[in-house]
Amino acid sequence: MSTLTLGLLTPAVLSEPAISIDWTTLSPVLIVLGAAVASTLIEAVASSRRRDRVFVQPPFLRVAQVALSLLAVAAAGLLSLQLALYSRDATGFNANGAVVIDPMALYLQLAIAACGLIALLVIADRTVQGDDAFAPQASAIPGSDYEHKARARSISQTDVYPLVLFSIGGMMLFPAAGDLITLFVALEVLSLPLYLLVGMARHRRLWSQEASLKYFLLGAFASAFFLFGAAWVYGATGSLKLTEIATAVAAPNGLDPILFVGVVGILVGLFFKVGAVPFHSWTPDVYQGAPTPITGFMAACTKIAAFGVLLRIVYSTVPSLIADLKPVLWTVAILTMVVGTVIGLVQKDVKRLLAYSAIAHAGFILTGVASLSPEGLSGSLFYLFTYGVATVGGFGVIALVREVDSEGHMRGEATGLDQWRGLGRRSPLLAGTFAIFLLSFAGIPLTSGFVAKFAVFAAAFEAGAWPLAIVGLACSAAAAFFYARVIVAMFFEAPATEEAVTSGLAEGGLDGGLGIGVRTLGLTQIAIAVSLGFTLVLGLVPGWFLSLTQGLAELLQ
Amino acid sequence: MQDFPWLTVLIAAPTVGALIVWLGGGPVRRYARQIAFVWSLVVLVLAIVIWIQFAGGPGLGVQFAERYEWIPGFGVSYAVGVSGVGLVLIMLSVILVPVVLLAAWREQSSPARQAHYAALVLVLETFMIAVFAARDVFFFYLLFEAMLIPVYFLIGSFGGAGAKKAALKFLLYSLAGGLVMLAGVIAVWTEGPGGRDGFLVDNLTGIDWGSAQAERLIFLAFFVAFAVKAPMFPVHTWLPDAAQAAKPGTSVLLVGVLDKVGTFGMVALCLPLFPDASRWAAPVIVVLAVVSIFWGAFLALGQKDILRMIAYTSVSHFGFIVLGIFAFTETAEIGSAFYMVNHGLSTGGLFLLAGFLIARRGTQDMTLMGGGLQRTTPLLAGTFLVVGLSAVALPGLSTFVSEFMVLVGSYQRWPAAAVISALGVIMAALYILIAYQKIFTGPVREDLAGTRDLGARELWVVGPLIALLLVLGFSPTPVTDKLSDPAAVVVEQVSVQEEGDQP
Repeated sequence: MSTLTLGLLTPAVLSEPAISIDWTTLSPVLIVLGAAVASTLIEAVASSRRRDRVFVQPPFLRVAQVALSLLAVAAAGLLSLQLALYSRDATGFNANGAVVIDPMALYLQLAIAACGLIALLVIADRTVQGDDAFAPQASAIPGSDYEHKARARSISQTDVYPLVLFSIGGMMLFPAAGDLITLFVALEVLSLPLYLLVGMARHRRLWSQEASLKYFLLGAFASAFFLFGAAWVYGATGSLKLTEIATAVAAPNGLDPILFVGVVGILVGLFFKVGAVPFHSWTPDVYQGAPTPITGFMAACTKIAAFGVLLRIVYSTVPSLIADLKPVLWTVAILTMVVGTVIGLVQKDVKRLLAYSAIAHAGFILTGVASLSPEGLSGSLFYLFTYGVATVGGFGVIALVREVDSEGHMRGEATGLDQWRGLGRRSPLLAGTFAIFLLSFAGIPLTSGFVAKFAVFAAAFEAGAWPLAIVGLACSAAAAFFYARVIVAMFFEAPATEEAVTSGLAEGGLDGGLGIGVRTLGLTQIAIAVSLGFTLVLGLVPGWFLSLTQGLAELLQ
Repeated sequence: MQDFPWLTVLIAAPTVGALIVWLGGGPVRRYARQIAFVWSLVVLVLAIVIWIQFAGGPGLGVQFAERYEWIPGFGVSYAVGVSGVGLVLIMLSVILVPVVLLAAWREQSSPARQAHYAALVLVLETFMIAVFAARDVFFFYLLFEAMLIPVYFLIGSFGGAGAKKAALKFLLYSLAGGLVMLAGVIAVWTEGPGGRDGFLVDNLTGIDWGSAQAERLIFLAFFVAFAVKAPMFPVHTWLPDAAQAAKPGTSVLLVGVLDKVGTFGMVALCLPLFPDASRWAAPVIVVLAVVSIFWGAFLALGQKDILRMIAYTSVSHFGFIVLGIFAFTETAEIGSAFYMVNHGLSTGGLFLLAGFLIARRGTQDMTLMGGGLQRTTPLLAGTFLVVGLSAVALPGLSTFVSEFMVLVGSYQRWPAAAVISALGVIMAALYILIAYQKIFTGPVREDLAGTRDLGARELWVVGPLIALLLVLGFSPTPVTDKLSDPAAVVVEQVSVQEEGDQP
């Protein structure tokens, strides 16, 4: 009764005498968040005045921040792996049910840490000219004198690292959250840094800031929906804990309509985060405007985290509502696949194209979710990891393809499809790698994308959701066209000539420059190689990984 | 000797060669075409060793079988093994690859491009061998799709005008067909027995699919993909574009071998796995096959571009092959399988000779290409005539044997279709002889007086093909012996529940 009357202000957790916390199982999240705090402190201590001194000069600061972030995320990933492998019995409810560290949570944390680690490599990379993807001062007005001066003095951002760490920490907590409050807090912890990061692109600052604002406003709407839904669910069930909600949902009490509205509200919040239609409108602009390494990071990791929560809610919190939720899930899945594919067909910008591809892929994963079977769960988990890794790698390649102007100066990323023409001749290795990522997105056999698609479509067929699978196959066929267009541009088309480049620039056209593979410190190349390795290995010998996700799916049932 | 993984070695060998050519440094790159050519000959020798060891005779079925679990969660195995049909088509592939590499000797401008071309051809060879040896439906599907990629690059990167578009059209047609088949593959998994080896062809043969409806739908999913690949009317339109734009060598592999994957799939998967549905669909398919025969022949008559013309003749020939397959008689099945080989040799030869003509004249237009070349280039004219007549199925050439068997075998079940199709032979004579007439007969045009005749390399390219056409024309038994057992098995599988209708 106390829970009902006191409501949100005093959750049940506080009224109990002691909170038991198992620090071991929480350690992956705590390490990342702790590192984020430490990283913020470094930024604060090394204020701009002191940065002129020897010990805290930007290069040193940068190395420290990069090393701290990489180590923290790697340690968190290894700890999750270790927990998943050796301490199955020690896992479970934690902090009085606010956090649930079960095998699925550990799998998702590991996947997020792995993708986050690869993404961090791309984020930390710089060209040999010292040009990274981030603006020297996020607050500077685009094109202002200050910005030119800052660039001339090679001042660069290092506060991206604490932001990314906070975001990763939130993502790792999100799928492990055991009650609605923790869910919401984790959602905000992962989202707020992303809103900032999106606005920090070094080149094309206005697009970047527009994207940031758009993401923030629409993200706020989504958070509101989520909170609204959570309130209704609380009203209908009298609890915030997912397990208690599950019990309450299973026992019919005449409050089903309220509960339904609540659950749909929560789902809308999650649909927004994964970019499912009709909550996808932010995706193309934000993916295009954000600094490319951040695009890769958020495309992969946010999707894993949000789908993880979606799976947990649909599969284990409200399974008895499945009959009511089915139409919602089916409609969203079909719309997402169709809209993502059809609009993707006419894109002329590589980043935008991958954004629509991301929407379509969210639809394919939703097919696995909507089949509501262990096979669907296993397929979705497999899909999330393979897609995430390939996405980080794909955006890593885009980050390396830069514009050069007629005088040979390196500029921002060359994202126009026209600029990619003939890339296969200028940088065969880079173009070949990107082609493999595209083939994986298209679901061509011998890549991980094919196995993942087979897993979710087979699950849909088996569970009687064959209309979803048919739509999915049709969309895959159509989507192959837009991936093939990029391959055609890279390999079969002659590069734009020097004259075209010059004239394009003279007219101020953004798409005038020629895209070339740029030389960097090599971190991005490592990231791409790792992604490529996963994409090929999980395409050639996926058996071991599939049995892992199948085992997880059985555990959750 | 049967313990040695012969097929796996044969499958892997070409890719190893491709990697050597691709990754090799300077000296390797300079001699890329020589290395690739010798490598393809080694693969040929390996295949001959397997051919010799292959035991003929009834009841021996699939040989050189190997099986390892691959993705147990989906019931997928790496399972290979060859029946007579598979082995014969593997032989065709490994014979055509060195021929194609030799034909492309001077086609590419730079050593790097030569190396790239040769490596792609070798990678494709791996897929071709593997797809004919696959004994697991999922594995077959993987190869069926994956082999699109090297072909796509062979057409798109190395083809002439319009290659980009043609490559894209080819890819989209094939992918669309392939995804329909994927639906079928998924349905095989969900409707079939499942389990750790749920995709083995042997485990799926003769099972009950639950309902006639289910069997028919799955059959159609497979058949559509194979019909696109084969290609049959009305889904053949990608082929002429691809053949016109691609290098003739690529077209040899595309039409000579790759398209056979479609017809091979019909024999090796559609009939044994879905016998009832095959019988159910046969009347419609036979009609489509007959339409293909005439549609291809008529359009071949109307073509100016020599490569397009050859592509359309193939559409016509594939009509015969499909007609034979869906006649469900032993004679027709043997004829069809033998037809696949002969078509590869005959059409392959035509494409290569057309390539030599184009290299000399710089045009693909038959009306501009020649006039009286018979006098100046007698060898070219002679070989073109022999190979051309093999497309007409002239007695004495192996194509005659197979076409005759298909027609006789089909007559037992579809008399009307067989009789009508026989008229297709006349059409074939027309399109080949008209082409010959345009290019080779008549007064010598002055500007063509100095045209070079076939050189030694070019003779080595077409020589083996013509020799095989002649030898198999007089003595087809070495091949047909290998085919009779699989034919009997397939006929038994299809007709097992049919009462009183024994061939």
